[in-house]
Amino acid sequence: MTDLTLTRGQVDRERLLRLLQEYGVYGGVVVLLVFNFVFTSNFVSAENFRTQAVQVAPVLIVALGMALAIGTEGVDLSVGSVMALSTSLLSLYLGYGPWMAMLMAVVGGIVIGLANGSLVAFLGVQPIVATLALMVAGRGIALVLLPQLEDVRDPSMASLGSGDVLGIPYLVLIAAALALLVAFVVRRTTFGRQLLAVGDSRPAARLAGLPVRRVLIVVYACSGALAAVAGILATARLTASDPTSLGNLMELSAITAVVVGGTPLSGGRVRIGGTVAGAVLIQLLTTTLVKHDLQPSWTQMAQAVVIIAAVYAARERGKR
Amino acid sequence: MRPAAVQQDTDRTDAPTRAERFSALAQQHGALVTLLVAMVAASLSFDTFLTGDNLENMALSSAFLAVVALGMTFVIVTGGIDLSVGSLFALGGVLAAWGSQYGTAVALLLPLAVCGLIGVVNGLLIARSGLAPFIVTLAAMLGARGILLAITDEGSRTYLVDKDSFFATLGQGSLLGIGVPIWITVALFVLGAVVLRLTRFGQYVYAVGGNEDAAALMGAPVARTKIAVYALSGLCAGLAGALNAAWLVSGVTILGSGMELEAISAVVIGGTLLSGGFGFVSGSLVGVLLLKVIQNVINQIGSLDSAYQQVVSGAFLAVVVVAQTWLGRRRRVL
Repeated sequence: MTDLTLTRGQVDRERLLRLLQEYGVYGGVVVLLVFNFVFTSNFVSAENFRTQAVQVAPVLIVALGMALAIGTEGVDLSVGSVMALSTSLLSLYLGYGPWMAMLMAVVGGIVIGLANGSLVAFLGVQPIVATLALMVAGRGIALVLLPQLEDVRDPSMASLGSGDVLGIPYLVLIAAALALLVAFVVRRTTFGRQLLAVGDSRPAARLAGLPVRRVLIVVYACSGALAAVAGILATARLTASDPTSLGNLMELSAITAVVVGGTPLSGGRVRIGGTVAGAVLIQLLTTTLVKHDLQPSWTQMAQAVVIIAAVYAARERGKR
Repeated sequence: MRPAAVQQDTDRTDAPTRAERFSALAQQHGALVTLLVAMVAASLSFDTFLTGDNLENMALSSAFLAVVALGMTFVIVTGGIDLSVGSLFALGGVLAAWGSQYGTAVALLLPLAVCGLIGVVNGLLIARSGLAPFIVTLAAMLGARGILLAITDEGSRTYLVDKDSFFATLGQGSLLGIGVPIWITVALFVLGAVVLRLTRFGQYVYAVGGNEDAAALMGAPVARTKIAVYALSGLCAGLAGALNAAWLVSGVTILGSGMELEAISAVVIGGTLLSGGFGFVSGSLVGVLLLKVIQNVINQIGSLDSAYQQVVSGAFLAVVVVAQTWLGRRRRVL
C-alpha cells in the first residue's frame, strides 16, 4: 500500500480483513458448532463433548510450545519425536513409580529442547534444520529405548488418562491450565516480552541488550517439555506406550493450530487464545467430516485448504 | 545469502588465504571425502560390503531418493524448501501403477502431470502470494496424501503393474549389468547439473536464492523461476515414485513418508546451503549415497536395528549443518 491517503472503502476493506484475521478462527469454530448442532445426529451429548475435548488436549499442549517457537520466528519439528521419547521413558521408569516416570519423561523432552535451542542459539543453525535433525534422531532414540509397543498397566496412569473432576477429564483440565500459564507468561512476564522482541527482530533485540540466546534456549526447552507432557497424557489415555506411531505428524497438527489461530510465522506475536481455537477448529473439522461419512482422505485435503486459507488471510495483514 | 558469483569474492584483489581455501574445499568436497572414507572403512570391516549384489542394491535404493533430491536441490538453492515430495512420491507411484494398465506412456505421463501440477500450485502460492514455502508445501503434503488415500479407497487398494510390460522394465530391467533406474538417475543428474550450471535459468535460480530483491532489479524473472523450481521438484518426485512403482511392480501407498526429510538431509549434506544461493547437484548425489552407505553399514552390523539408523542419521545431519554454518561464518568473517 504505497498510497497513504486511503479512501473510505479501502479502510473498511482493510478493517474487515484484519477482523477476519483476528477473529476468523473463532468464527470458524462457531460456524462448525452450529452446523453440527443442526445437521449432525448424536453431536449434542456430554459424552461427545468429552471425547472431543480429550482428543484435542494433547494437540493443544504441543501447539502451546509450538506457538512460543513460532513467536521467536522459529519452528519445532521435533515435537512428535519428543512425544515418542516421552512415552518410551515413561514405560522404562514406571518401575520407580508414576511420578518418577513422568519426571524422567519431561526431563527427556527438556534435554531434546535444550539440544534444539543450543543448535539455534549458539551455533546459528536454522530452526527448521536443527529440529529436523532432532526429529529424526529423537524417534530413533525412542525406539532404541523401547523397541515395541508396551502396555502401561499402572493404575494411577490409567486414572490420569480416564479420570475426571466434576465431569471434566483431567486431560482437559491440564491442557486448560497449561494454556492459561503460557498465555500469562507471554502477556505478563518479562520473559514473554523478551520472547516477542526476539521474534520481532533478533538483531534489534540483541542491540537492545536482551539475552537473545537464553530466550531461544528456554523457548525450545519449553516446547520440548510441553511435547513431553502431551506424550505422557496420550500414553495415559491409550494405556500403552507406542514409540513407533505416537506423535506421528504431530508437528503438522500443532503448526496448523498455531497458524490457523493467527500467530504469524514471521514471529513477534503469539496468540494463545487463537491457538486454542485453532486446535479446536481442526478437531471439529475432522469430527464433522467423519460424522458425515467422509473418508480420512477428505479430512486431510480439507486441512490443507484450511492451512492455506489461514496463511493467505495472514498475508494480507503482513503486506500492509 | 549471496549469489554464486559473489561467492568467489570478486571485489577482492588479494588471493584467498589458506584458511579460506580450506573452508571452501571442505564445504564443496567434505561430503565426497566422508563418503570415500565411509566406503573404505565399510569394505575393510565387512566382506559383504564390496560385493556386486550389495552395491547394486545400494545404488538401486539410492536412485529413487536421488531423483527426489535432484528437484529438492533446485528448490533449496532458491532459498525455499519442499516438504510435499514424500507425498508426491507416493502419489506418483500409485498413479503410475494405476496408469500402467493403459500403457507405459500413461504410466509415466499421468504421475508427471499430476505431481507437476501440484508443484506449479505450490510455486504459484509461494511466488505470487508470498506465502512461506514451508507452510505451502506442508499443506500440499497433506493434500497430496489425501488425494492418494482417495484414489486407493483409503489406502486399502494396491494397484499392480504387469510384470511383462515395458513400464516394468523401466524399474526392473538392466543394461550392461546395471539397473535401468540407475541409468535414468545418472542421466537426470547430468542434465540437472548442466541446467543449473550452464543455462540462463540456472543463473536465475542462483540469483533468486542469493538475493531476491537484487535478482529482481537485475531483471531476473523471480516469480517464474520460483514456480519453475517447485514444478521441477514435483516432477522429480512424481517420476521417482513412478520408477519406484515400476521397480516394485506395484503402487506404493505407504512409502514416501519421511522422504522429504531424507531428501533435504541429502541436499544439505551435499554442501547446498539452506539459506539459498549456493549449491550443486553432484553434492546431492553424494549426499544420497552417503546416507545409503551409512544405512547399509548399520544394517550389516546385525545387532543394531533400524532405530540406530535414525539416531545416526539425525546426529550426522546436525554435525553437517553445524560444520556448514561454521565454515560459512568463517568465510564471512575473513
